Amino acid sequence: MSARTLPLLFLNLGGEMLYILDQRLRAQSIPGEKARKDEWTDVDRKRVMNDIITTMFNKKFMEELFKPQDLYSKKALRTVYDRLAHASIMRLNQASMDKLYDLMTMAFKYQVLLCPRPRDVLLVTFNHLDAIKDFISDSPGILNQVDETFRQLIETYSCLSDGEFQLIRQTLLIFFQDMHIRVSLFLKDKVQNSNGHFVLPISGPVPWGTEVPGLIRIFNHKGVEVKRAEFTTAGNYFIPQREGSFELYGDRVLKLGTNMYSVTRPVETHMSGSSKTLASQAKENIAPNPLAKEELNFLARLLGGLDIQKPAGGDTGFRLNLFTTDEEEEHAAQTRPEELSYKVINIEATQEPGRRAELSRILGELEVAEPRPGSAEKGEDLLALMDGL
Amino acid sequence: MRSLALRNSSSALYNNLAVLCPPARPPAFGAVHGTILSLLGSEGPPRQLQARGGGSALSTPLLTQAAWCELPARVLLVLTSQRGVQMYESDGSTMVFWHALDVPEHPAAHSVFARGISAAGGRFICVGTSFGAVLVFDIPPKGTNVTLNEVLEQHRDPITDIAAEQGQDGAGDLVTADDSGTLCLWSTGEEFTLLGQIPGSGCTCSSVTLWNGIVAAGYGNGQIRLWEAGSGRICAQVSAHARWIYALDLAPLTGKLLSGAEDSFVHVWKLSRNPDTDDIEIQHCHAECVTDTQVCGARFCDPAGDTFAVTGYDLSEILCYGPA
Repeated sequence: MSARTLPLLFLNLGGEMLYILDQRLRAQSIPGEKARKDEWTDVDRKRVMNDIITTMFNKKFMEELFKPQDLYSKKALRTVYDRLAHASIMRLNQASMDKLYDLMTMAFKYQVLLCPRPRDVLLVTFNHLDAIKDFISDSPGILNQVDETFRQLIETYSCLSDGEFQLIRQTLLIFFQDMHIRVSLFLKDKVQNSNGHFVLPISGPVPWGTEVPGLIRIFNHKGVEVKRAEFTTAGNYFIPQREGSFELYGDRVLKLGTNMYSVTRPVETHMSGSSKTLASQAKENIAPNPLAKEELNFLARLLGGLDIQKPAGGDTGFRLNLFTTDEEEEHAAQTRPEELSYKVINIEATQEPGRRAELSRILGELEVAEPRPGSAEKGEDLLALMDGL
Repeated sequence: MRSLALRNSSSALYNNLAVLCPPARPPAFGAVHGTILSLLGSEGPPRQLQARGGGSALSTPLLTQAAWCELPARVLLVLTSQRGVQMYESDGSTMVFWHALDVPEHPAAHSVFARGISAAGGRFICVGTSFGAVLVFDIPPKGTNVTLNEVLEQHRDPITDIAAEQGQDGAGDLVTADDSGTLCLWSTGEEFTLLGQIPGSGCTCSSVTLWNGIVAAGYGNGQIRLWEAGSGRICAQVSAHARWIYALDLAPLTGKLLSGAEDSFVHVWKLSRNPDTDDIEIQHCHAECVTDTQVCGARFCDPAGDTFAVTGYDLSEILCYGPA
């Protein structure tokens, strides 16, 4: 309902994606000297992160994103992240991409639900951006792009009222409704129940500006307080020490949106199997074509602004596995319940010839105009890159 | 506590539970899920109503609220959405009227929607909009000849909730609330008159009730405030919830007040007038905690307030509480 929801949704999901990719790349990386030609190194990891972040914060792309617009379907948004994840030499199979998207969405759903005030979703966004700036701290060019987006966020959102932020939050919650994929990290930390619903604590700090529940004050005709009474409940709250900073730099205080993944804690998801709540999700997935037309317009505009480069050496790239073994990934692909399939939009397969021509033209423009300098060898490619600096 | 299964879970929207209590029959319920209203009738199978008015827009518009409006001659079921106002016969079987909001061609930075529904003055149905305007519809005793009688333009922020007087000695028949916490009191009639305005302090009033000249309002900072409708003075302030209040309801026979919030709690309070001082007072009666759920709807199911029902975000059921 709020036409200002998309930038927050996109940036926070993007932030979670980067946390997960960074963790998986670190987990699978081999020290540079020991690595074979097809194995990940630290240099590769940094390059993948740089490439994706550069693409994500592309100026034209951000301009499109910040235009007031309704949220589009999960299908359409998933297609954008597919493209983003492949903005570099990294390749993900369908099963790994599915798992990545599951983790991203459940993490942000959790953060939105647990925000003490609706306005705190901005602090969550700033936490993600602070971490992104850390990933590319030694690339001033990209850092500039991220700061630009930061400033645009502050400009667009600082003046919004609490009521408008609540509308944004409600719009996000409608987007995440009925998603109950179980994430092992959440289950282990006891922030998610075995039925996929998140744990909502009834103790802790109250939101900034809210009082601890319990006090009743009665006033007389003259507006003077004449009576006080108290009531007790099961909750156990206290006043927080300070408010988080909404400036470009500052202590956000809120921990939601910071990186919860680390190399030693692999993250798995469990498909919750068929249940009543999946029925409404399934209905959305088989939406008729007329709806897809508007989404394709949106994707064309959005992806038209993305500067995606094909990897040197053809389509092979370097595969990242979100699972522990290739067998696990294969098994996940085969056993994913039908209702949870994202049915990613296959743009080339659209029925309308006019629309197909338009999109082919845009996709064509995304092809790299000239070949990359250097040979197809991974090592030489990196040298060429460094020479270019 | 009893649980009634819903076909869909409830969305996180203010006042997201509609209840109709016909005399001597079990109540009917309605809860919004995205673009759909799920109805659990007292008779017949559960029904679903959809938001209307796709047109050139992206997809089916989202619903914001639903409520049964009880008028002396008839009961209508009203739905508000991003596109306009839909009115049905009380069982949801036939659409009686559709009013489209002026929606701009390209989405503007300010969202457009209708929200806030109440029957008023025995003859009207009032619906709020995101522009701050309140639409007053004149409802004929039967048939579809509903007309837009008046547009009340006093609020400058999106309307959140509207409530009509319940009980006697009302100083004003209607109260309207908005995102900035501003409350307006009106007397209903062929032309509505503004009786008074209680300025907001920036904290959203998401839910409001009016009873025997007392306005009870629930706010985004978890507070409930009681105001005297006639003078606009504050009577009581309660630190009721730890998070945003989403729903308030009032039982007119007893003055019981129900509040539900994002903090998972539902509280029952009792309003009264001190016979010696004539001060309006409120006391806490009862609390329920809906574990791991952000409450988005709460309504009494009988005029004395002995039973009540609750909905929550992502919850595919309606929880009904009553005496043991």
